[in-house]
Amino acid sequence: MSDVKKFLYVNRKAPYGTIYALEALEVVLIGAAFDQDVSLAFLDDGVFQLTKGQNTTDIGVKNFSPTFRALGDYEVTKLFVEQESLDERGLTADDLQEVTYEDEDDDWAEKPSIRIVNRAEMADIMADQDVVLSF
Amino acid sequence: MSTLHTVNKSPFATGALVSCLGHCKDGDAILMIEDGVYGGLTGTTVADQVRQKAGSVMIYVLGPDADARGVAADRLLQGISGVDYDGFVDLVAKHDRTQAWL
Repeated sequence: MSDVKKFLYVNRKAPYGTIYALEALEVVLIGAAFDQDVSLAFLDDGVFQLTKGQNTTDIGVKNFSPTFRALGDYEVTKLFVEQESLDERGLTADDLQEVTYEDEDDDWAEKPSIRIVNRAEMADIMADQDVVLSF
Repeated sequence: MSTLHTVNKSPFATGALVSCLGHCKDGDAILMIEDGVYGGLTGTTVADQVRQKAGSVMIYVLGPDADARGVAADRLLQGISGVDYDGFVDLVAKHDRTQAWL
C-alpha cells in the first residue's frame, strides 16, 4: 500500500511535570487507527517515561506508564530509546519496563518493542521519516 | 532528503538546541524562532557548538522574533541569517520534513 507513511513521535519530556508525555501517548493511540508505519523515539528526559516502578497514587494523576505495554496490540512495535540519554541520567536498559509485542509473521512470538539505539542511529531514524511529530 | 529543525526555547532554559545540534545532519537547516533566537547570539556558552554546526547546516533566525527581543543582526554568530515569515514558509517547502524541538 503506497499511501502508508512513516510517522515518528518524538518524546523528549519527563512524564508528569507537563502534559506533553500523556498527550503524545494519546495521539499515538488515536493515530494507530490509521494503519501507518509508526515509530516512537525516546530521548533526553523522554527516557524517563519508560522507567519501571512509577507510582502516581499520591500526586493525583493517572500513571500512564502501563499503557505503553498496550501499544503492541495496536501494531505500534518500534520504541527507540537513545543510549546517550540513558547514560546522561544514570539509567540502563534494565531500569526500563518491559514492552513486548506478538509478531504475527513469526507465529505470534513475543518480542521486545524497546530498541536501544545510539545518537547517530537516532538521527538516522529521524531523517528517515515522512512525518515527525514532537512532544 | 533534508530536514528543517525549529527551536523555540532559549538554550539557557532547556536542552532543546543542544539536542537538535546533536541530531541534525549535513544539509539540514535550523530555524531559531521565539526564545530560540537567543541561541544565535555570540559570546554564549553554546556559541561554539552552534558555530561548529554552521559549516554543514544552514542556521537561520526568524527576524521578527529577533527584533522583538532586541537581538540585533550584529550580535548574531557569523553565518546565521535572518528570514521573515515568507522565508519561514520557503524553508518549510524546501525541506522534506519539519521537526520541532519543543
